[in-house]
Amino acid sequence: MPIQVRGEVLDVRRAGTYYVLSITAPGIPESFRPGHFVTIGIGGEESGLILRRAFAIHQVQSRGVYGGTLDVVVGVHGKGTRWLSERRRHDFLDIVGPLGKPFVLPKEGVPCVLVGGGYGSAPLFMLAEQLRERGCRVDVVLGASSEDKLYGVLDIKRVSSMLTITTEDGSSGTKGRVTDVLPGIMESNNSAVVYACGPMGMLEAVAAIAAEYRAYSQCSVEEAMACGIGICMTCVLPVIGEDGRTRMVRSCVEGPIFRGDLVRWAEIGTVPADALGAPALDAS
Amino acid sequence: MTRAMFGRTAGSAAAGPSVDMSANLGSLAMPSPVLTASGCAASGRELDQFFDITKIGAIVTKSVMLRARSGRPTPRMCETPSGMLNSIGLQGPGIEHFIEEDLAWLTTRGARTVVSIAGESVEEYGKLAQKLRAVEGVDAIEVNISCPNVANRNQVFACDPELAANVILTVRRQSDSQTPIFAKLSPDVTDITEIARSVVRAGVDGLTVINTALGMVIDVETMRPALAGVTGGLSGPAIRPIALRCVWQIRQALPDIPILGVGGIRTGLDALQFILAGANAVSVGTMTFNDPSAPFRVQNELAGALADRGFESVREAISYGHRGADVFGLESEGETEPE
Ligand SMILES: Cc1cc2nc3c(=O)[nH]c(=O)nc-3n(C[C@H](O)[C@H](O)[C@H](O)COP(=O)(O)OP(=O)(O)OC[C@H]3O[C@@H](n4cnc5c(N)ncnc54)[C@H](O)[C@@H]3O)c2cc1C
Ligand SMILES: Cc1cc2nc3c(=O)[nH]c(=O)nc-3n(C[C@H](O)[C@H](O)[C@H](O)COP(=O)(O)O)c2cc1C
Ligand code: FES
Repeated sequence: MPIQVRGEVLDVRRAGTYYVLSITAPGIPESFRPGHFVTIGIGGEESGLILRRAFAIHQVQSRGVYGGTLDVVVGVHGKGTRWLSERRRHDFLDIVGPLGKPFVLPKEGVPCVLVGGGYGSAPLFMLAEQLRERGCRVDVVLGASSEDKLYGVLDIKRVSSMLTITTEDGSSGTKGRVTDVLPGIMESNNSAVVYACGPMGMLEAVAAIAAEYRAYSQCSVEEAMACGIGICMTCVLPVIGEDGRTRMVRSCVEGPIFRGDLVRWAEIGTVPADALGAPALDAS
Repeated sequence: MTRAMFGRTAGSAAAGPSVDMSANLGSLAMPSPVLTASGCAASGRELDQFFDITKIGAIVTKSVMLRARSGRPTPRMCETPSGMLNSIGLQGPGIEHFIEEDLAWLTTRGARTVVSIAGESVEEYGKLAQKLRAVEGVDAIEVNISCPNVANRNQVFACDPELAANVILTVRRQSDSQTPIFAKLSPDVTDITEIARSVVRAGVDGLTVINTALGMVIDVETMRPALAGVTGGLSGPAIRPIALRCVWQIRQALPDIPILGVGGIRTGLDALQFILAGANAVSVGTMTFNDPSAPFRVQNELAGALADRGFESVREAISYGHRGADVFGLESEGETEPE
């Protein structure tokens, strides 16, 4: 169950183009599972930026001098993320979490491949650790447009069986995209599950490759969210349900992790005509 | 009712005599004048994780339509200075599912519930009211008339006094006579008091003031409208002065009609402004996205703010901002027109 806490910033570190914030968040680590996210209030109590921003939980620690703490990786995008990047030690932040449905883990030690695009690698670290504990082989692919937009290469190396890097400009690893190297990795390691977090275009391509190799895929999507807790209906995307029907589902509470084969990627940003309650069906 | 003590006495909010927070909206009696706002609380379940939803005035549920609706394509929202635009398109499960699942849950939970309904035709509003008849747990009905009338060139019900009155007449006729009915007004009209008078004549028990104001944003990167629906409803603190002005004008025009004030309420002092302007109760909408415990926090802050000003009950503060002037005259004298 999510809670709202006043967290103290313990540390802000630069990592390439990103900022890693460590924040006290008593109560959140205890119910955290990899894939959960938090929302953070921006600009204080009188701020004109009224919407909270969502961030994947990168690391948690439930014990230690500060009690529960968590880390988020922030890429500066607009006003809100810039404000967060300017926080300093001892500043306070309004945190709500853990939110969303976490990654589903395999019961047995099957080979897995984790794909992160840019800061999308953030939620994969603790996922990798938990998969390792279950005896899974964990291959990792990190990709970005350039080297400074890769996050956590050295750290994730320690928890991965094999790490592959791709950059679009060739500044690090293989020149190209994660989807250029993914089929080869899945082929040689017989990957049974693909976990992915990154831009929507990347997720769509990864889900298609996973389907081709008959692997199960779990994709963490990023839809603009106004509330993050399921009350506003802004964060929807078309997803096929167990009954075969497509619904516009809330990514904040029913996601952000979805089975890649159930998301209608090409129709994100539209309401498919066969979706439950779609205007096209209203007439019938 | 002399009330000269505007000076804050330190700590009075916490330690002073407790303020009677009980409030009424027509025949709906509530322990508090703070409610949620339609579309900003779903059906209460999610917020119940953050505060006890039975402790606030009532949950106003997301406007429900006759059949399931998928809503509009994304992007459905865009942040604006001190506010946001939304174009959700009334996504929802339809009235039957709502009654079986959401309303049943709210009833079991023991929360007071104001059910918001929305239709595309006068008949649809009537059918919705019929479906809610004799259903347990409907403490009041809020009629969201800020919807296009599909039958007549998509004219918005709330912008036409006659159309708005027709909806209210139909809903009144189809529902249980014991159930209070509120009409939710749009600020996008020339004279909101004209619409208010019209729905009051049609037999409404109270007014919810206001719904969102129509707005738009253009994304300068794509150089296209930021919302898939092009225009959207503006909400949040950005519209608070407009909402407050609407409440004030309606209170001037209709001294006795119960008013549920809504628009940009973030703090107890914001809520107090609405009550002083004439609201009998208030809804906290968009700011619940900012702070999931906002309705509960606003309620506590309001109690403190009332105590600080020497009020013993919310009731005493209602319309207190109008004192001294020709309070309940037909035309207000002290109002300034914009230059
Ligand atoms: C589940 C989830 C997890 C995320 N995890 C991370 C993370 O670990 N690290 C990270 O750097 N970013 C993450 N993001 C994206 C991050 O939330 C946005 O970059 C941020 O909201 C942008 O805010 P801004 O004020 O800087 O930008 P602005 O463009 O000024 O934001 C304006 C509004 O649009 C929304 N918005 C804009 N871009 C996005 C976006 N890409 N995704 C969602 N909402 C957006 C904002 O929330 C805000 O309401 C995540 C988003 C989601 C939904
Ligand atoms: C995302 C969103 C959805 C809304 N949905 C509805 C709705 O279904 N029915 C309705 O009557 N009002 C709806 N509203 C309007 C609010 O109930 C409220 O009248 C308005 O937002 C102004 O109050 P606020 O500034 O406190 O949000 C919605 C507002 C928002 C922001
Ligand atoms: S962000 Fe509000 S419902 Fe998902």
